[in-house]
Amino acid sequence: MAEIIDNSPALEIHDLIVSYQKKPVLYGVDIAIPEGSMVGVVGPNGAGKSTLIKTVMGLVPHSHGWVKIFGGDLKNSIKRIGYVPQRESVDWDFPVSVMDVVLMGCYGGLGLHRRPGKKEKDKASEALEKVGLEAYSKRQISNLSGGQQQRVFLARALAQESDLYLMDEPFAGVDAATEVAIVELLCQIRDQGKTLIVVHHDLATAREYFDMILLLNMRVVGFGKTENVFNAELLQKTYGGRLTALSEIADKLAREKI
Amino acid sequence: MSFNQIFVEPWVSHFSAYWPILVMAFFVTAACGLIGNYLVLRKISLVGDAISHSVLPGIAIAYMIAGSRSDLAMFIGALIAGIFTTLIIELIHSRSKIKKDAAIGITFTTMFAVGVILVSLYGADTDLDLDCVLFGKLDFMASKEKVFFGLPQIVLTMGFILILIILLIVLFYKELLISSFDPSFAATLGIKPRLVHYCLMCSLSVVVVSAFSSVGAILVIAMLILPAATVYLLTDRLWLMMILSILHAFLSSIIGLHLTVALKVSTAPACVVAGMFLFILSWIISPRYGLLRYLSSSFDLSTFQKEN
Repeated sequence: MAEIIDNSPALEIHDLIVSYQKKPVLYGVDIAIPEGSMVGVVGPNGAGKSTLIKTVMGLVPHSHGWVKIFGGDLKNSIKRIGYVPQRESVDWDFPVSVMDVVLMGCYGGLGLHRRPGKKEKDKASEALEKVGLEAYSKRQISNLSGGQQQRVFLARALAQESDLYLMDEPFAGVDAATEVAIVELLCQIRDQGKTLIVVHHDLATAREYFDMILLLNMRVVGFGKTENVFNAELLQKTYGGRLTALSEIADKLAREKI
Repeated sequence: MSFNQIFVEPWVSHFSAYWPILVMAFFVTAACGLIGNYLVLRKISLVGDAISHSVLPGIAIAYMIAGSRSDLAMFIGALIAGIFTTLIIELIHSRSKIKKDAAIGITFTTMFAVGVILVSLYGADTDLDLDCVLFGKLDFMASKEKVFFGLPQIVLTMGFILILIILLIVLFYKELLISSFDPSFAATLGIKPRLVHYCLMCSLSVVVVSAFSSVGAILVIAMLILPAATVYLLTDRLWLMMILSILHAFLSSIIGLHLTVALKVSTAPACVVAGMFLFILSWIISPRYGLLRYLSSSFDLSTFQKEN
C-alpha cells in the first residue's frame, strides 16, 4: 500500500495462509498496519475475520507466511498485545467476580504462582472506571447485561496496558449508548499512539468509526484509509452483492459522490 | 438401634476401629472434591470417570512387569494408564470429527475391558479382585497396621496427597483460574493452557489412583463431582468453592460413617449417599440458585436493587 511509509509497522502480515483441515480460510493476506491507527476489519460471515485475529494472537496456526509485531516475533512482543475475544467464547456462569476477570489482564506481568497485589488491583480498578463499571466490581459476571460483559472484556484488555489491541466484535450485543461510549474510549486509546484492530460487522457505522478499513473475504479485498477503500465497488466485491443493507450503503455512497 | 448406638458408640467404644475409616473417607473425598471443582468448571467431569476406569489395566500391567504387588509399581502403572487415557481422548477428539463425549466413552470402556481381560487371565495368582476394584475396601482400613495417631500407612499417604493437591492449587491458583475460564486469553498471556490441562490431568490421576483402592472405580467419580456440584450451587467465588468443598467432604464422611453404623453397610457408598443428600439440600435451600427461591417470590429483584 502506497500510503504506508512507516518502517516498523505495529502489525505486518506477509503472504499468510491459514487453513482448517486442508480447507483454506485465509490466503495471501499481506498487510502492514502503521502505529497509531484504528483499523476496522469488515467482511461477511465466514470471511475469516476472527481467524485473522486469532492467527495474529498465535491461537490458530498458519501454514504459510509470517506475522510480525512491531518488527519482531510474536513471542517477543506478545506482552505488547491486548486481546478482546468474542463474548460467547467463555462461560459467564463461571464463579468469578468482575474484578477477578479484569485482574486477569495483569497476569501476564506476574510470574508463575505470584498473586495479583495492590498495584494490579489499582490498575484493574482504573480500567473498570474507564469503562464505567467501577460500581460492579464485586458482582458475579453472569449478573451483567451483554453490553456490560463486553465492557468487562474491554477493561481486562485495558489492564493489559498494551500497545496493540486486537478486538473481536467488541460491539456485538451492545446497546447504542454503550457503543458510543466504547468508540470514544477506543479513540482515546488511539490518540495515545496505540494501535487498534477491531472486527466489526455493521457497515453503516464502520465508515465513521475507523481511520483505516480492511475488507476481508478469505483474501484481502481492500485495505487502506477509509475514504479510499470504503466505496461501492470494493464493498460489492467483498460481500458479493448479497446483502440488501449493502445496496443501501452502496446507493448512499453513490449519491454522495454526485 | 438406639441413638446411642449410632451416634455415640462409634466415638466412644469403637473409636479405634472407625477413626481410620473416617479419616480416610475425609482425605479421599476432600482431595477428589478439590480436583473435581476444576473438572466441573471445565465441563470435563467425565474425564474423571475415564481415568478411574483406566487405572485397572494400569495396575494389571504393572503387576505383570514388576511381578509383585508393590505399591510403587501399581502407582506408576496406574498413573501412566491415566495419562495415556487422556492423551488417547485428546487424540481421537482432535484428529477426527468424533466429539469429546463419545471419545471419552469409547476410550475408558475399552481400557476397562482390557483391564478385566488382564485380571481374568492373570488375576488368579495376583490379589487383584474385581470386587475390590469396583467397590473399594474402605472398611478394611481398621484391620491394617497402625503407624501414626492410630492411622495406617495408606491413610497417611492419602493425607500427604491431599496436602500436595492443596499446595498445588494455592500455588497455581491464578494459572488454573485463567486457563479454566478463558484458555485462549491465557494463551495470549503466555500461560500455556494445554500444559495446565495435562498437569491437572496428572494430579487427577494421582488422586484417583490413591483413592481407587479404598472407594473403587465407580464411587470415586461421585467423590470427584458431588462436592463441586454441591458448592457450585452455593457460591459465586472459586476460592469459596474450594473451602466449601472441603466442608462438604468433611460432612459427607461423618454422615456417611453414621449411616454405615446404623445400616451396617460399607462406608464408601454410604459417604456417596450422604454427599448426594448434601447436594439435594443445597439444591433446595441455596440462597441464589435454590429451588425454594422459586417458591418464595416470583421475581428476583436483587439485580435491580444492587444497581442503586
